[in-house]
Amino acid sequence: MQVNNSTGSKDVFRPKIVAFCCNWCSYAGADLAGTNRLNYPADVKIIRVPCSCRVNPLFVLQAFQRGADGVIICGCHPGDCHYTSGNYYARRRMTLLFSMLDFMGIEKGRTRVEWVSAAEGAKFADTMNDFVSTVTALGENRRLEDLRCRK
Amino acid sequence: MTYKLNGIQLNEFFARVASDKKLYLPVDTENGARFEEWTEGKTLSSKLNTVRSAKDFFFPQVQGIVDFKLEGKNIEVIDRREEVKDFVVFGVRACDAAAFAVLDRVFLSEHVDSFYAEKRNAATVITLACSNPEETCFCSSFGIDASAPGGDVEARLVEDALYLSPLTEKGEAFVESIKDLLVSADDAVVEADKALIKAKIAKLPLASLKPADLRDKQLETFESEAWAELSQSCLGCGSCTFVCPTCQCYDIRDFDTGHEVKRFRCWDSCMYSDFTLMAAENPRHTQPERFRQRFMHKLVYFPMNNDGVYGCVGCGRCLKKCPVSLNIVKVMKRIGGVKNEQ
Amino acid sequence: MQKVMLERAKALLSDGTVRAVLAWEKGDFAYDTTPAVFNSAERLEKGFVYSPFCGANLSKYLIKETQKEGKILVFLKPCDTYSFNQLVSEHRIKRENVYVVGVECKGMLDIEKIREKGVTSLISASWEGEQVRLVTADGEILADSSELMQERCLCCKSKKHVAYDELLGEEGEVLDSNRFDEVARLEAMSAKERFEFWRGELSRCIRCNACRNVCPACSCEKCIFDNPDSGVQNKAAADPFEENLFHVIRAFHVAGRCTDCGECSRVCPEHIPLHLLNRKFIKDINELYGEFQAGETELPREPLTEYKADDVEPGVVYERGAE
Repeated sequence: MQVNNSTGSKDVFRPKIVAFCCNWCSYAGADLAGTNRLNYPADVKIIRVPCSCRVNPLFVLQAFQRGADGVIICGCHPGDCHYTSGNYYARRRMTLLFSMLDFMGIEKGRTRVEWVSAAEGAKFADTMNDFVSTVTALGENRRLEDLRCRK
Repeated sequence: MTYKLNGIQLNEFFARVASDKKLYLPVDTENGARFEEWTEGKTLSSKLNTVRSAKDFFFPQVQGIVDFKLEGKNIEVIDRREEVKDFVVFGVRACDAAAFAVLDRVFLSEHVDSFYAEKRNAATVITLACSNPEETCFCSSFGIDASAPGGDVEARLVEDALYLSPLTEKGEAFVESIKDLLVSADDAVVEADKALIKAKIAKLPLASLKPADLRDKQLETFESEAWAELSQSCLGCGSCTFVCPTCQCYDIRDFDTGHEVKRFRCWDSCMYSDFTLMAAENPRHTQPERFRQRFMHKLVYFPMNNDGVYGCVGCGRCLKKCPVSLNIVKVMKRIGGVKNEQ
Repeated sequence: MQKVMLERAKALLSDGTVRAVLAWEKGDFAYDTTPAVFNSAERLEKGFVYSPFCGANLSKYLIKETQKEGKILVFLKPCDTYSFNQLVSEHRIKRENVYVVGVECKGMLDIEKIREKGVTSLISASWEGEQVRLVTADGEILADSSELMQERCLCCKSKKHVAYDELLGEEGEVLDSNRFDEVARLEAMSAKERFEFWRGELSRCIRCNACRNVCPACSCEKCIFDNPDSGVQNKAAADPFEENLFHVIRAFHVAGRCTDCGECSRVCPEHIPLHLLNRKFIKDINELYGEFQAGETELPREPLTEYKADDVEPGVVYERGAE
């Protein structure tokens, strides 16, 4: 069990997760998870983007800078992009970016790309549960944090 | 008065100095010589000079100033000034020591920059004479004597023996504090060493470079056609600025952490397009103008405002580090900044 | 070589084929050559130089120079021609305004390596087969070139000129390079070791932006890091995070377009092996999306501006490497 060092308390460590969700599939999937009352941790903060390819690598890095312990990008399944091909571009970009972060020695469990359709409320909840537990096991983001932003 | 170490090794001397105050000295690393805090086992670099200049001690690249914390309608202001403890810097070369004097003229005149002043006051600077000047050195062009490098205490290594000559009150106090390690030395040794170094300097390829006094030729120099041609090759990066021991421009910036605002100052470069944006915009829109500014400042404006003292100390770092070898020596030669030789 | 080049440049200048010549100019020492635009035979005669210290890649200067009226002659080494092609593909260089003369390159020397050897007062350096002849004020030294060459030249990827109007010397070939070895060595480390490696390297960054400004692929009019409205403008790393941010994004912005010319590492005043970041992207692209060499031909589709429906999933990152 992790100790949350920043508060000095013996609280269970709860990671901060930023989830970039595309408007057309994954955000609706998250909505469905909600209406179906499926549980996933409240530590996941969803940022709605028009398309997964809207996610600039800077967004990912800045999320870590501002205290995220994990960043996940969710988009339409390949072939189902509302804009035909956005998620294909996102797939290449994020593959390369995450590989680079791994190359820089950032734990690879902190980043993920997952395709979640509007009908996959259960997959959304499962994905988040799994991602949160992976990041929880990794503990606080120390390698890609900005010390100035620590509270 | 000159002293020398009384039969002890350099490292014993360092250990003694470091037992009282923090001691910084040039140490060899995989990436050249750098100033580091002395700890057991570290030895003095044999390199002529450090990659980064010694200005970092008094004017670090980033300096926190103040934090603002917003809570409700209250703004809490947190002073980020850190207490500066007395420290000793050993092994500063003549060029860098002369650069301190340039920086002093900027930071210690009129509005005294207290961040700079605090660090400056806390430091005892022990310079080291350059027994092996390099071909990129041209400090002598600016009247700097590498055989008598100045500072609070002037040190020299002659046949592996360390000689110390205090020059200021601070220097006297320093020597007093380690008096038991020292014995009086023969001034003749010092004089002989000085003569030897001077002879070496006279033979350097850039020794004949003598800067012209451009104080009366400000407009003429400003309008020289050479700038456009010279600046064609300039990449507009800040390498020269950041390795320069006298470049002193900075920016004050706010960083919003999400829960507070951190105000800090950091080095800036007149070569950058986002330089001097605080009032409205960068008054120098093109790279040739920015390029001209840097050299006009060092060779014309600074001497105009500072009794003829140049803003360059001839350390040669920009000669080594400019990605396209477009350095101040080339600029001086092209803009008429060099006295005609017979 | 220098003599042939000089004659050719003077001839093309005098017959009006070109209005100026973009080449390297002599300095005060053997090694401080500067890129320069020569507009007369006299200036060429006085200052033109081509030596083992002409490492600077001239192709980026063509962005500005080809906006001017008339043709400019440029001398390009094999690796420079890749950058040239890439810039032409991106419509940054007006091809019709350039006359490219390809020149052979036997690898460029690193003056710092020469200094490390204790060589001073260097007067000139020249190639002699696999060796380098260094002429100094104190005499001559014949040294093994592998000890004195720039890192990027030790693992040269190509001696072939991929773009030229005229070639001086022999046409070279694409080489079997071991340039990814160092990337592979890092990949084999644990994440913690890699983290420490990069922290050690990037912590020396002084944010002089030389790596960015010299890069032929970094040709934006206004860089995001200089733009006060971008939210990421910064002039110095006030926190180690900003060092990571700058260098990851710098490399990412040229991924798929970087020709691996190695200028970023050559110019770094702090000797940070920045090319390794670019090479990591190149290696990944080669492995995941098929072999690709930016600048090899004009007008290719680049790896990050195209896709395939059956591209590997990002999960591939987690399956590879240690830990």
